[in-house]
This record gives sequence, C-alpha cells and structure tokens, in this order.
Amino acid sequence: MIINHPLLGPRDASEFVYLGDASLINRPDPDAQNAAELFHTYSYERANPAGEHRELWYHEQGDRSWLVVTRNTLTHAITEVEMARDVALKQGRDR
Amino acid sequence: MTQSNRIKGGLIDRSQQLGFTFNGKPMQGHPGDTLASALLANGQRLVGRSFKYHRPRGIFTAGSEEPNALVQLRTGAHQEPNTRATTSELFDGLTAISQNHRGPLEFDLMAVTGLLSPFLSAGFYYKTFMWPKAFWEKIYEPVIRMSAGLGSLSKLDDPDIYDKGFLHCDILIIGAGPTGLEAALTAGRSGARVIIADEDFVIGGRLNAETCEIADGPGADWARHATTELASMDNVRVMPRTTVYGAYDHGVYGALERCTDHLGDSSGKPRQVLWRIYAKRSILCAGATERPIAFGNNDRPGVMLAGAVRTYVNRFGVAPGRTVAIFTNNDDGWRTASDLAAKGVDISAIIDSRNQDAPTQIADARVVMGGRVVDTSGRKGLTSVTLANGEKVTADCLAVSGGWSPNVHLTCHQRGRPIWRDDIAAFVPGADLPDGMIVAGAANGTLTLAAGLADGRDKATELVKGLGFTASKTPAIVAQDEPADLSAFWHVAASRKPAWLDLQNDVTVKDIKQAHAEGFRSVEHLKRYTTLGMATDQGKTANIPALAIMADISGKTIPETGTTIFRPPYTPVPIGALAGRARGSGFRPVRHTPSHKWAEANGATFVETGNWLRAQWYARDGEKGWRDSVDREVTMTRASVGICDVTTLGKIDIQGRDAAEFLNHIYTNAFLKLPVGKVRYGLMLREDGVAYDDGTTARLGENHFVMTTTTANAVLVFRRMEFARQCLWPGLDVHMISVTDGWAQFAVAGPNARKLIQKVVDCDVSNDAFPFMACAQTTAFNTTPARLFRISFSGELAYEIAVPARYGNAMMGALMQAGKEFDAVPYGTEALGVMRIEKGHAAGNELNGQTTATNLGLGGFVSAKKDCIGKVLSQRPEMMRDDAIRLVGFKPVDHSKQLIAGAHFITRGDAANMANDQGWMSSVTYSPTLGHSIGLGFIKRGHERMGEVVTATSPARGGDVQVEITSPHFYDPEGGRQRG
Amino acid sequence: MRYSALQILKQGLTGNKGWKPVWREPEPKPAYDIIIIGGGGHGLATAYYLAREFGMTNIAVLEKGWIGSGNVGRNTTIIRSNYMLPGNQPFYEQSLKLWEGLEQDFNYNAMISQRSILNLFHSDPQRDAFVRRANAMILSGADAELATADDLRRELPFLDFDNARFPIKGGLFQRRGGTVRHDAVAWGFARGADMRGVDIIQNCEVTGFEINNGVCSGVKTTRGPIRASKIAVCVAGSSGRVMAQAGMRLPIETHVLQAFVTEGLKPVLPGVITFGAGHFYVSQSDKGGLVFGGDIDGYNSYAQRGNLPVVEDVAEGGMAIMPMIGRARLLRSWGGVMDMSMDGSPFIDKTDIDGLYFNGGWCYGGFKATPASGFCYAHLLAHDRPHPNATEFRLDRFKRGHIIDEKGVGAQPNLH
Repeated sequence: MIINHPLLGPRDASEFVYLGDASLINRPDPDAQNAAELFHTYSYERANPAGEHRELWYHEQGDRSWLVVTRNTLTHAITEVEMARDVALKQGRDR
Repeated sequence: MTQSNRIKGGLIDRSQQLGFTFNGKPMQGHPGDTLASALLANGQRLVGRSFKYHRPRGIFTAGSEEPNALVQLRTGAHQEPNTRATTSELFDGLTAISQNHRGPLEFDLMAVTGLLSPFLSAGFYYKTFMWPKAFWEKIYEPVIRMSAGLGSLSKLDDPDIYDKGFLHCDILIIGAGPTGLEAALTAGRSGARVIIADEDFVIGGRLNAETCEIADGPGADWARHATTELASMDNVRVMPRTTVYGAYDHGVYGALERCTDHLGDSSGKPRQVLWRIYAKRSILCAGATERPIAFGNNDRPGVMLAGAVRTYVNRFGVAPGRTVAIFTNNDDGWRTASDLAAKGVDISAIIDSRNQDAPTQIADARVVMGGRVVDTSGRKGLTSVTLANGEKVTADCLAVSGGWSPNVHLTCHQRGRPIWRDDIAAFVPGADLPDGMIVAGAANGTLTLAAGLADGRDKATELVKGLGFTASKTPAIVAQDEPADLSAFWHVAASRKPAWLDLQNDVTVKDIKQAHAEGFRSVEHLKRYTTLGMATDQGKTANIPALAIMADISGKTIPETGTTIFRPPYTPVPIGALAGRARGSGFRPVRHTPSHKWAEANGATFVETGNWLRAQWYARDGEKGWRDSVDREVTMTRASVGICDVTTLGKIDIQGRDAAEFLNHIYTNAFLKLPVGKVRYGLMLREDGVAYDDGTTARLGENHFVMTTTTANAVLVFRRMEFARQCLWPGLDVHMISVTDGWAQFAVAGPNARKLIQKVVDCDVSNDAFPFMACAQTTAFNTTPARLFRISFSGELAYEIAVPARYGNAMMGALMQAGKEFDAVPYGTEALGVMRIEKGHAAGNELNGQTTATNLGLGGFVSAKKDCIGKVLSQRPEMMRDDAIRLVGFKPVDHSKQLIAGAHFITRGDAANMANDQGWMSSVTYSPTLGHSIGLGFIKRGHERMGEVVTATSPARGGDVQVEITSPHFYDPEGGRQRG
Repeated sequence: MRYSALQILKQGLTGNKGWKPVWREPEPKPAYDIIIIGGGGHGLATAYYLAREFGMTNIAVLEKGWIGSGNVGRNTTIIRSNYMLPGNQPFYEQSLKLWEGLEQDFNYNAMISQRSILNLFHSDPQRDAFVRRANAMILSGADAELATADDLRRELPFLDFDNARFPIKGGLFQRRGGTVRHDAVAWGFARGADMRGVDIIQNCEVTGFEINNGVCSGVKTTRGPIRASKIAVCVAGSSGRVMAQAGMRLPIETHVLQAFVTEGLKPVLPGVITFGAGHFYVSQSDKGGLVFGGDIDGYNSYAQRGNLPVVEDVAEGGMAIMPMIGRARLLRSWGGVMDMSMDGSPFIDKTDIDGLYFNGGWCYGGFKATPASGFCYAHLLAHDRPHPNATEFRLDRFKRGHIIDEKGVGAQPNLH
C-alpha cells in the first residue's frame, strides 16, 4: 500500500506503524462521572466497519507524524490523509 | 544420443553444442533450447511420473503452465525440485533427474497404484484409515507421506544469494508478446517511463512460436527489432526472464528476475532478484494459455497442446513426433497442421470436433470433421489414437487444442472476478481491476494478431495521454488476423477410459462426477475435494475444462458455476528470493553499543538484546565458566567499582514550556514539581491500566527533560509519547526527539564510584553537591560535553555518565583507566541482572505486559491527585482484587538448591495443579553477595505472606524447591549504599 | 452411509457410482429451535455437538457462501494446547482431547496428525517465559517438554544453529500438537450434523435480526425470514458486520492474515516449528507442501488479501531458522479475515439481547479451538450457562478488568 503523506508525498505503507481506529484520538474526560464506562468504550469497543475507516498510522521510518488515513477496508483504497494533530485540534483537543 | 528429432529452423544457435544429462544419460542441445526442447530433440518423451497414480508422463506444454515435465535440476546444495523443464534454459553441464518414482523412471514400482485407482478415487482418504485409531500415525500416514510430494529439497542450506530491488515507472507492461511490445513502443516513444517484463528469456511471446508475419517479415524478426528499439530508449527498461507474479495494493507489483538460473554457475552473483515495482499504471499483456480436451488416456507422453507443438517446431527446431495427429475444436489445430507440413513432419490425421467443412486443405493428412478421439495407446509413449468408430490412427504425437484461456490471473489478485465470453468460450478480465491496471491483447480476449497489436497500441496511447504525455504518431503496423473460429468442446463423453483433467494431481472426469454426486458442487469444494488445480501449475491448463464439465453435470452455465480465486504468485517464487539477504547473521541489522570495540578487545562475550549486541560478561584468564566471570564482576563492583555500557536504554529528549505537564500525563507519578537538576523514577501504564515501562527522567532545565526507557520498549514508548503529543494533547508546547543513539551512557557503580567519577567530570560530585538523584550537564576531561546522573540500578553508590556517542568507545577506555587504581571492572548484562535482582528491581520478566502497578508493588507511584494514561482503567474491580498477585522475593529453604525461573507456586499441602496455582517465579539468579540462589516472583497476596514457605514447582525443568517468601529487596533494603 | 475401507472397496468395484451426498441441500424451514449463523468450522461443530451431546436436532446452520469457505478452509492447520493462562489452558486442552478422538467420533478422516509442535526460543528471558508456560501446561494436565539447543541439533539438524542472527537456545515441544486436514474438519462436522438431522443451508446470507423489546426471535435472510428462539452467531471475521445488524459494537477488529504453501516436496519437516525471534511457523502437509505463515498484515481489512511486506517478512523468518527451504517455491498465498479481539482471547457468551448468542474473537488461532468452541457453545446454547472450560470467555470481561492476554500487549488487536 502507498500512503500519500500530506507533507512528504507518497510513501510505502511499510514505513508506517498502524495503531487503529482514529476514535482513539477522542480520549474521554477522566473526571467525568462515568469515566470508567467512557474509557471502557474508548479502549475496547470498535465500529470495525467493512468500508470506509478512519485510522491512525505513524510515520515511524520517516518524520514521526501521526496521520489519520481514510481507507476502505474492503478495497484498501485510500481517499484522504490528514495530519492527526490537525484532526485532533479540529476536534477540540488541546492540553 | 544424437538429436534425432531436431529439424531445421528455429531460434537456436546451432554453432554451439551444450552437453547435459537426464537421469544420468548424456544428451546434447543448443543455446536457445529449453531443457524440454532439448529432451524432445533427443527423443526423450517420457520425463516424469504423475503425483497420485505414477502414470508415465511427457512434456505437455512449452511454458510455465507445464503440469508434467517437472525435474529435479542441479545437484548437492543447488538441487532444485519441481523445476519446469519447459522454462529452464539449457546450459552446458546441466543435470536433471526425473521425479516421483521408485526404481527407474521407465519401471516405476509405484505405478501399481494405478491398478488400485478404482479404490483411490476422489477423497478416498477421508473415508478410511481410521481403524484401529493408532494405525493412522504409525502406519497409514507414514505411507501416505512417503508418496507425497514430487521433488526433494537437499536439506542443505541454500548456497545462493538473492537480492531485492525497487523500481518506479509510469507504465508497467506485463508480458512482451506482440501486444506488450506494441504497447511498450507506443508508451516508450511518448517519453513515459516504461518497464516491460516477460517471463521468457527471449522477448516476443508467441511471435517466436508462430509463423505469422508483421510488416511483411517474420513476427520473430519484428519482435527482435522492437526489443532493440526499446532497449535504446533511456526511459524504457526491458526485463526478460522476469515474472510479474503478483498485483498488490495501490499499483505495487512483485516481480522475480532470474539472473543466473540459465548459467551453470552463478559465480557469486545473485541468483535472482525480487523486484517491487511501483507503477502509476500497468497494462497486462500476459497472453493466453491453451487448454486441452479430455478424452480417454489423454495423458500419455506424446499428447501435447497444439500451440506447444508449434512452439517446438517453429522456435526450437524440434519435432515432438515423427507422425503427428491433431485433435482440435478450433482453427488453431489447423495452423499446427500447416506449420508441421511446412517443416516436413508427417501428419496422420486431423480430427476436428466441429461439424463443418475443413477450414483448409493439408496434403496427405486424413481429415475427420465432427470427429472424436476416444482413446490412445502406448504405455510409455503414444503409438496411436483411437477414433469414435474404433479406428486406430498411428501417431507418436497428438496435438490437442481446446481453445485458449486469457491469462487473467493478475486481474484477480485483488479479488476481481473474471467474466465469461461465449464467443471465445473463455473467461476474460472483469470490470473490477487492480488500481491503475488495464488489460490488452489475448489476456483481454483479443486473441488474434492484428487486433492484439492494435489493442496494445490503443491502450498505451490512452494511458500515456492520461498521464500527460503526447502519444507518438507512428503509423500502425501491418499484420493479419489469423482465423480463430472455435466451437466449445471440452470432453469426449464416449470415452470409457479415464480422461484426465489435472495431469499432475491425477484428477479425472470421473472424479468430478463423483465430487458432484457427493455434494461437493461449489467450485471451491470441487477443488478442495478432488485436489484439482492445487498442483504446482495451479491448474493453468486443467481448471477451465474441469469447470465446464462441472457445469455440464450440474446443469448450470459455466459463469453460474464460477471460478476459484486466482491468488499470487502467478508462478511459484523461491522462498530464498522472497527473503533476499535477510537470512543467517543478516536476518536483522545489528546495533553495536558505542563501546563495542573496547568490549571486543577486552574479552567480552556478547548477547542479543533486541537488535543490540551487548557485552554479557568479560571473561578473564583462569575463569572456568560464565558464572565465575559474573560472580567476580558483581563482587568487585559491590566491593569497589564496576562500569557498564547502558547506552541501549531508550533516551528521549523532551523540551518545551509544557514538557513537565506532558510528563504528568505520561507517567503515573507527578513530575510538575521536579526541580531542575534532579532525576525522578517514573512508571508508565498502558491506557488499559497495565504497567508498561519504567525509567528515570532528569530535569536538565526548566523546559528540558531527558527520559530513559527500558531497552526493549525504547521505540514503543517514543511512539506512544508522540501519539500523546500529537493526538491527545496537541495544544501542549512540547517537542521530543529520540537520542538513544546520540549519547553513549555508562553506569559507574560501587563504593569507589564517586572517587572514580570525580577524576573524570568537571563538576563537584560530593554527596552534598551532587546527592542521590541529582543530575547535571557538565564536561568530562575539560572538553567533552557530558551529562551526569546520580542514579543506581545496582543498589550501590552509582552514577550514569553520558557523552556524545562518538566519544563512547574512548570514554569506556578512559573510565577504565581512571578506575585502574580502584581495580575497576567492566561488567556485562549478566552482572547487571544479578545486581538488579539482588536489589529487587522489576525488569522485562516482571514488566511483561500482564502485571499492574499493584502487582509490582508500585501502587504508591500512581498519583491520586492527577490523571495519567491508564489510570482510569487500572481501577477496574478485577484489577484491584485483594488476592491479586504481588511481586516479592524468594529464597530456597535449603540454600544449596537452585531456583528455576518459570516455576509455579503452590501452597504447601495443596496438590500441584493449576487450580491451586498461586503465581510464578519471574527471575532468578545466584547471588554471589548472599551466597545462594534468589528469585523474584509473583504470588497471590505476596506482601502479606512474608516468611511463608511455599513449593516452587517446575515439572518441566528442575522439579520442586521449597522457597521462603521474602522482601524483593535482598540487598541493602534501606538503600543506604546508593544514598551514601 | 458409513465410511470404511469395505465401503471404498464396494464402491470401487461398482464404478464409484453409489456415493451419496455428504450433506443434504435442504430448503430452509420457517422456524427452528436454534439457528447457527456461519457454516464454518465453529458453526458446524456447534451444530454437531448440539445434536450429538445435547440431543438437539431442530437446528439450521446458515452459510452465506459454501460451508468451510472461511478460515477453516484457509489456515495453517495447526492444533496445540500450549497456552498458559488459567482462562485459556483448560479450554484448549479440552479441544486437543476432542481432536484426538474426533475422526472415529464423526466417521471422517481429517488426518489428525500429532506430529508435535515446537516453539523455539532465542534468549534467556524467552526461555524463562517458556518454562512458565510449560509448567502451566503440565500442571493443567497437558503435555510439554523443554528441549535444549543440543537436543534440537540432534532432532532437527537442518535448523540454523551456527550462523543465526538470534541463536537457537532451545525450544518448547508439545508432542501432542500437530496438524489436521482443515477442509475435512468442516466436511466431517457437516456430515455428522447432517446425519443427525441438522439442516445445513448454503448460499443463505443473514441480512438482519428480528429483535423486539430486547428479544431476538429470528433472522432475515436472502432466502426469506427464519424464526428461532435462539440465534447463535459464529462468523469469525464477519463478526463486526453481523453484530452491527443487531446494533452491537464489539471489542473486535477485523484484520487480514496471510498464509502460504509451497510446491509439494518429499518429507523434510517432522512437525510444526515456530520461530521465536520473528514471525514464522511451518509444517509439512500430507501432500508435501510446506504450509507456513507469520504475522497479520496489521491493518483493519475485510479484503481477504494481503500485501508484500508481510510476505517477505515471513519468508525472512523461514530462512532465518531453516535456510534449506530457500529453493522451495512459494506456490500460493492467501488472506483470511480474522476477528482480532482486544486481549487475544475469544468470546463464547450470551449477549444483552435475549436469544442472541455470540461466539467470536478467535484472532488467528481459531482453528485449533474448533471442537471445543463447538462443544462449549453448544453447552451454552443447550443449558444457558457457560461450559466450565469457557467461563472466562465473557463479553463483559474488559469492563470488569479481567483480561486474558497471553501476549501481554494490551488492547491493540493487531499486536495479538
């Protein structure tokens, strides 16, 4: 597979390390009332779609960017690659 | 033996003779021959035995689809089983032996299985060999296994070298027949970067095997000129002997180039190169494969595909027989006849299954339109064929053509499904092609010459335009389409003798019928039950006819019946080539510590720690074994001072205004208030609450930290921290870089450590100025930048000093020099391990990814005042159980006993079984300090069981030892030494 | 029809024309007591044991394609019970014991071959972990045997002892481990279930569940609705897709695992061998092919195909321990989709929806578990309580913090 890195252009997927569903960006609030429940869902439950999947890849043999890759799990076609940090900021994550 | 079947013509170099042997028999051939063509030239028709019934078999094809003519090539460690004679280039000195027979090829004792064939029908083995039960493994299976397989491995290490390479292009053209060449010319002339690859050693594909004309000259000449033109273009790479074996995601192709397989000796050059080709677009021009017709005894040596007969006659100048009969369902059979006639080979009969007029006249040949071959004769080679009316026709070769199947394989590697075309009675590529691939020529069902050339040209033009190149305006070349009328015909139903489909695995029409009767009607069931198409040729010639017969039996159409899935590789690829140079000591890169050379020169024995090689111990003269060395290193370190290279610990440089806050998220314990110039131990959890890693982090400045991780987790911790930085807390001002390789780091430990280190560094290291857990940026020997940490893994007064890695080797020498007056010893990982167990520190065996902070006795390090990764989930009920395991120390009640790591604890009096399992011993060592074996381990409620004696049971190794539960801190539990 | 040597003789003498279908091809009935979704190894085994052990035969097995078309027909065929954790060991040992009597039990030769499995180790910490494992196995009543490098040199001289990047320090044998002819397992269970009256319905895809007020009472299929009081899902790599139809999210990701086979070779490997410093395991089939595999590709995928980096990584692992296989040719590679769970261990449990049961999360180790999985799932379906050997395979275990993580890598499926 080839991942089109937003900064570096097309790179072989073997330069990257895979983590999983991009929902792992959404770490819950540890102070929430139901934090245990929220963290359980966050850590263990997956949509695991057959189709479009937003997922985290890390450019370990490269610039060490975490990327959010939108890839179809049925065809492996990649339709979008974003910097994970940008995604996280956009989703309101901060400090 | 003379080359009795050699005839005129062909693309062979008759000026040179090549000698080779087959089953020890000397034979001759010429450059340009394959082993198969040379065998035929020498009159060798019987070349092997089939898998199941050991039927005599001959050469069936002239290409990589060959099911029969597999030989064991070369000898000794170079021995190469199951090698297709049809694709092996002949070289001087080649040796080949036939496979799968006991006794000589001509008198195979195992041929008796043929007599038993009524009882060995499809799937017979699933229905018997079950009684008595013990017989399967003792008797039945060994017999079955003995008859399994075809060729043999030498059992010696593969002596050849294999390389890997990466190529990039605009257009990859797979197959260099007429379509591929015309596509390559079109694309190449436009300026696009083109790679054209072909599995054959002569470029041209069927042009070399046919008598067709292009541009008023022989097709083979045109192919040669085209190759010359392509080779002259800088933007084109022509790769003969290269099989594109797989189409992978996003335009990545696997290709195998055979570099020295055609030579007697590779002379140290790589035997093969495995290429990974990155192509923006590709054109599959892989041609088509001829398929046979099933009829009685259609497997005898001498029965051959009609196209292969033409290949041998036209390309190799070999007559596969003296008197040839032809059985066809299409015009191709007639082409074979005219080519044979042109070379003066006798044709005894042309049997055409079609009920129509003969398409052409062939002098002297008997023509039977609407004819059928029902049987053949000749035990080890064809002598005659029998027609439906019982008449026998003399023939030592029968050329069979059942039409052509496009080579759609690569179009299906990404799960695309081919579609059926009735007009050519064949599957062609479907719409769902791999990324960037289009298909042209015969592979796309365009089976005739002129149409194929035009298809190649048009498709290439379309592609180069799409890529932004301007297609050249070279005029179309002149060629004729050959007649290609066909009427589907698969199987002579009137045959009463076994009609073979899969020649290698011996699957017959009857087997297909039986599979259907037993309910194995899905094509995948059919394949798996009968083993159809599972041999080394993957059914390239057999599958479609078998499918047609299955469709017929089940009353469905062929497309309704469907195909099995084509999967990579297109043709088999040696494991050695897939592995390349990553084998033996080159399996993975080696990381040397900065003091590696010093250690080598000073008697170190090394140990693999991940990819690192670390000094394990330093043997001295007179020491009888590793224990002597390790005990000495520990004793002398504890008595005076020892030095150890600890560079392999992960080092992460963390900077930024929010660095401290960031560490607070990462570590369980607090780091906000760590003063500058201080080091703190830190514990990390995974988000699921399990202990992950530990180490120390030093605050070198207000906004500057240096973290150490364990050696094993260096990469993983860094990765997770980058995740936390970029994805979880992107608003923090923090930056990190791994400096593991940037700094060489040495532990200097022992009562004399301070004296030694004071001689080296340029700062005050007195206990007041530089107390336990202090750190500083300083210099060594007035010049060398250095970082000094007062931390201790050994439990002694200890420092770790880091210098830029390029000074590491010199630093090791300098430290030893400075330590000479104290009898300083270098120590390795074993002594390091002994001292950490004596001190009760957890390491990899304890931080095994299954233990929690509480289990490790580190619960106190999880701050109640702040969140950190893993904190919430670490508080789940079952992770907080009262009876959870705890890390404690163990010592044998009888001090002379040795403890075993991996032993399980059983409460005294309980039976030794897993129901009574209390925990396990994780690390053990002989403690030279205490004079007996000690261990660390996990046992339920361990912290409440101090002094209790339990059984450490290890039935797998070492037996039972009674052990007493103790504190894990065997040595200096108060820590006075490290603080002193 | 009972299979025997005599039967083969009789049929052979009459032109092999008397063989009967191994399973019927019934039309689905409107209702059953139990519907099993998924005609793979586990689903068919469940049906078989429900019929044989628990006397329940009004059962349908619904398969969207052809039976055995999933992982039971595409794996490296290894059986073993070399597990360490208390939640796993008894279950896998039960499975191995069931394998040992299976062929006589279902009158089908699945070529169960206890040729041994060997896990090599290459470092002291790895040895310690294997000693712990070996002891856990023996203490659970399974067999385990530790071998030194010298032992191995005698038994397997072709391993790379002298030039290896990661020297072989020894190995853990389970002599009762081995291989099975995988397709035959599906066919044998299917035949055994069919003979006892179970309806095996191929080409019948479930498209939805009939769920009202938290009770599941049937399924919608491509061949019409079918009712049942118990619906047992058993669809491996498709778990996520199927359970999504019931509105459930699972602690599972679907990943692709490739497997490989070489051309047929005369016997060269005695048993199953696995590499401890890379990803590679291999055995030789009764047909002569070296059957081998390695790590999953590592990304979520339902595509049933993998990519080159893993192909090469696996070959490297093979050459690292046995450089004699360099001239053996890879004949075919394939990819299967694996239901990778969050701790590497499976689930056999009721769901929160009444009447809906779930079996899955087998990661890439489901084949060896087939008989016990079927047995324990059948037990759960018949008695509505877990079989004693499967009590820990619960869906709520992560909530409780009871993790069964043999590898110790945490909630990241691609590392299990």
